[in-house]
Amino acid sequence: MNFLRIFTRSQSSAPAARERLQVLLAHERASVGDSDLVTKLRDEILRAISKHMQIDDDRVSVKMERGAKVTTLAVDIEIPFDADKKKKAA
Amino acid sequence: MGKVIVVTSGKGGVGKTTSSAALGAALAHNGDKVVVVDFDVGLRNLDLVMGAERRVVYDIVNVIQGEAKLTQALIRDKRLESLYLLPASQTRDKDNLTPEGVEKVIAALKTAFDWVICDSPAGIERGATLAMRHADVAIVVTNPEVSSVRDSDRIIGLLDSKTLKAEKGERMEKHLLLTRYDPVRAERGDMLKVDDVLEILSIPLLGIIPESMDVLRASNVGSPVTLADGRSAPAIAYFEAARRLNGENLPVTIPGEKKGFFGKIFGRKAA
Repeated sequence: MNFLRIFTRSQSSAPAARERLQVLLAHERASVGDSDLVTKLRDEILRAISKHMQIDDDRVSVKMERGAKVTTLAVDIEIPFDADKKKKAA
Repeated sequence: MGKVIVVTSGKGGVGKTTSSAALGAALAHNGDKVVVVDFDVGLRNLDLVMGAERRVVYDIVNVIQGEAKLTQALIRDKRLESLYLLPASQTRDKDNLTPEGVEKVIAALKTAFDWVICDSPAGIERGATLAMRHADVAIVVTNPEVSSVRDSDRIIGLLDSKTLKAEKGERMEKHLLLTRYDPVRAERGDMLKVDDVLEILSIPLLGIIPESMDVLRASNVGSPVTLADGRSAPAIAYFEAARRLNGENLPVTIPGEKKGFFGKIFGRKAA
């Protein structure tokens, strides 16, 4: 079985390692402490929303995908029907 | 209530992170809910080995400091839907990992997962002692090499004294995972043999992971070796180790001992 596996094996994996490291390290070098742009945006978006409604942490999902050229930030918030009333009452 | 496992070693570079990821994926493979927790604050790498490094939003320190909910910090694996990762913080000081905070996080994870695998940092400092603190079971990762065996012995001492179980007077269940094992060199007498290590450390054997290019290849592409190529020699060894963790009584085979026809011809190259 090992013998056959030599022929079925896909191409080398080192280029993938190199590419992953380049993207990761570019992001890590750019961010000192927690001050990178995406983190700032994330925190400010959540703060802005919390001004208008009470955020239930369990109903907020923040997803990030760091790419070579772009990073996507997705903030998914469930806004309940009576969100603004709750805020006024609070 | 889930089982808490610490993967530890004392010495660095012996395969703790590789083993945490591989065993986590192997356990999740048959549907068990598994979370792998990185305790190496400041030098996290589990995210990279599991291929989730681009998706880290929050980490364990954020959860402990109340900046994020646990559910927000957990990253679901893209290949196995019952496998999750809780990353360590890369930028925070490791002092932010407080005993009370870790206790809360582990308690919450135990109720939601079947297995909580704590990937310990090297050394015997805070991160390492906190990683082992709440463990029900310890996996001591050891290379067949003098300094690794010595450090494992030291860690076994800590497991028997510094953990919650030890403090309560209970016995910590410990297993030896021998990694980077090269049967040809051991046979030649150039490497400690399995029995040598077992005799010195005297804890039961969970598995023997052969030295293999497949491990490096898997980390290159960001996949636990058990998911990258389930038929590779190290993956098979990890799958068997996972079954033993589940209580199965499987005999441990020394990799490469039974060589088939092709094995005899190609020797180590084919392994």
